[in-house]
Amino acid sequence: MTLLTDLPVSGNGQPVGASQLDVAADFPILARPVHGRRLAYLDNGATTQKPLAVIEAERRFYLESNANIHRGVHWLSQHATELYDAARATVQRFINAAHADEIVFTRGTTEAINLVAQSWGRAELRAGDEILITTMEHHSNIVPWQLLCEQTGAVLKVVPVSEAGELDLAAFDALLNHRTQLVAITHVSNALGSINPVAELTARAHAAGAVVLVDGAQAVAHQAVDVQAIGCDFYAFSGHKLYSPTGIGALYGRRSILNAMPPWQGGGDMIRTVSFERSTYAEPPQRFEAGTPNIAGAIGLAAAIDYVREVGIERIAAHEHALLEYATAAVDAIRGVRLVGTAQHKAGILSFLVDGIHPHDLGTILDAEGVAIRAGHHCAMPLMTRFGIPGTARASLAMYNTLADIDALVAAIDKAQDLFGTRNHG
Amino acid sequence: MNDTGPDLRELYQEVIFDHNRQPRNYRPMPEADHQADGHNPLCGDQLTVFLRIEDGVVKDVSFVGHGCAISTASASLMTEAIKGKPVAEVEALFHDFHALLTETPPPERDFGKLAVLAGVREFPVRVKCATLAWHTLHNAIVGAQDPARTE
Repeated sequence: MTLLTDLPVSGNGQPVGASQLDVAADFPILARPVHGRRLAYLDNGATTQKPLAVIEAERRFYLESNANIHRGVHWLSQHATELYDAARATVQRFINAAHADEIVFTRGTTEAINLVAQSWGRAELRAGDEILITTMEHHSNIVPWQLLCEQTGAVLKVVPVSEAGELDLAAFDALLNHRTQLVAITHVSNALGSINPVAELTARAHAAGAVVLVDGAQAVAHQAVDVQAIGCDFYAFSGHKLYSPTGIGALYGRRSILNAMPPWQGGGDMIRTVSFERSTYAEPPQRFEAGTPNIAGAIGLAAAIDYVREVGIERIAAHEHALLEYATAAVDAIRGVRLVGTAQHKAGILSFLVDGIHPHDLGTILDAEGVAIRAGHHCAMPLMTRFGIPGTARASLAMYNTLADIDALVAAIDKAQDLFGTRNHG
Repeated sequence: MNDTGPDLRELYQEVIFDHNRQPRNYRPMPEADHQADGHNPLCGDQLTVFLRIEDGVVKDVSFVGHGCAISTASASLMTEAIKGKPVAEVEALFHDFHALLTETPPPERDFGKLAVLAGVREFPVRVKCATLAWHTLHNAIVGAQDPARTE
């Protein structure tokens, strides 16, 4: 990888503030053309591409180290177990958890949140208790709580967001009360890019006696995350949005809380003893990892974290921030474009509408130009309802994106307006 | 899908832009004797189709709703294509139209203006957009209670 520092201007002459990462060569898929065009992959909020180091780590595991963990007396099983445990320690260091046993491997953010809902939630919540979420949550941080409310009689409360896409902090304070048992809040909005002040919100929630879960799916790949600094009780994220394979993610849970939580799935690996009268359960994190886990995935996740640390999460954050500023200015300058989500603190997500062109039509036209974006409600239907729109077009950034990708996006929007004859709108 | 990419002009023909900008028969119909809702929640396309059927013939048809250019134009073109036709013929046309978008349509069928939607075939993820209005129409005819979906 190389670092091109202080690029003064980009293709269309706009100034660029920060240094430019150049890591695309580490991601083999980015070299494949799509529809005969250079691929501008701007759908990283959905999933990121994988660096060769991750692909090779998974491959190497199956070539050299594959065996089941925690049960074999043979060498390969012990070897695989060591790699799996080392992967857990890598995740621990990455988000600065105090202990490795505070990291539970899951299939992803969704499973991590469901784990908390079904284990902690079913044990702790009673009818009339309140769960506080926000309007900008992904469905995966809404529906598990709705299911839990149906099961326990708890009540879901929702913090509104402003027109800019920022949380209404006064409403947050007003909604917090002695009945609030849990605050479940996204770190970064997947649809708007808004960064929430999760440390501050955690402090307020704790002062009210509530437990706090932070959905970090859109945060961990884009900024340094320190769960002890945030102070939250749970932090959930997916590997596949962090340059690792699909089907692996992690739940951080404060040790004292995890220790008190009952199992949520039964099976092998999560027990201490089993008899037909009664079974006893393993300590966390094994208590929450029933069955053979995604061993290769965990090792791939660790390789992805190693890669991110090598590039430097602060450099990635600075690079994406500069790209976002450039993209925001360039897209906003197009006549007839309306940005959705203009929070003061944003991560690399640009949601927008083009006057006279439905997001799905725009997505199809951009695709034909090799520009991959997402169009739709982004699994945040209540948020779209809040803004009175069926969906948006969303460009979402990763470390390998460049000014050329943004220029391709802008040119493709221009082409869509030509095709639809809407250039003079707005 | 080929290496040089799909031809957008095949998908977005002038007729489609015209019907997207100015959808025909776009109005609610209080006197309708058949109506049904269509909704693709994943993409947000939503419409209601209204029908007045007399002696087995579609005397009037209209729709309201919102969606992408393909779904709006398809609904608009559909209303033009079926007005005045016997219901049995409308259902046969739906069958053949679906084949036009997904497989091989019967060679003897003259699709008229509907043929402009054949370009959707090269964009498989958009077939659901072009067929939502037709599935909704079918539900209106048979009196189905649940909203139509094509995704």
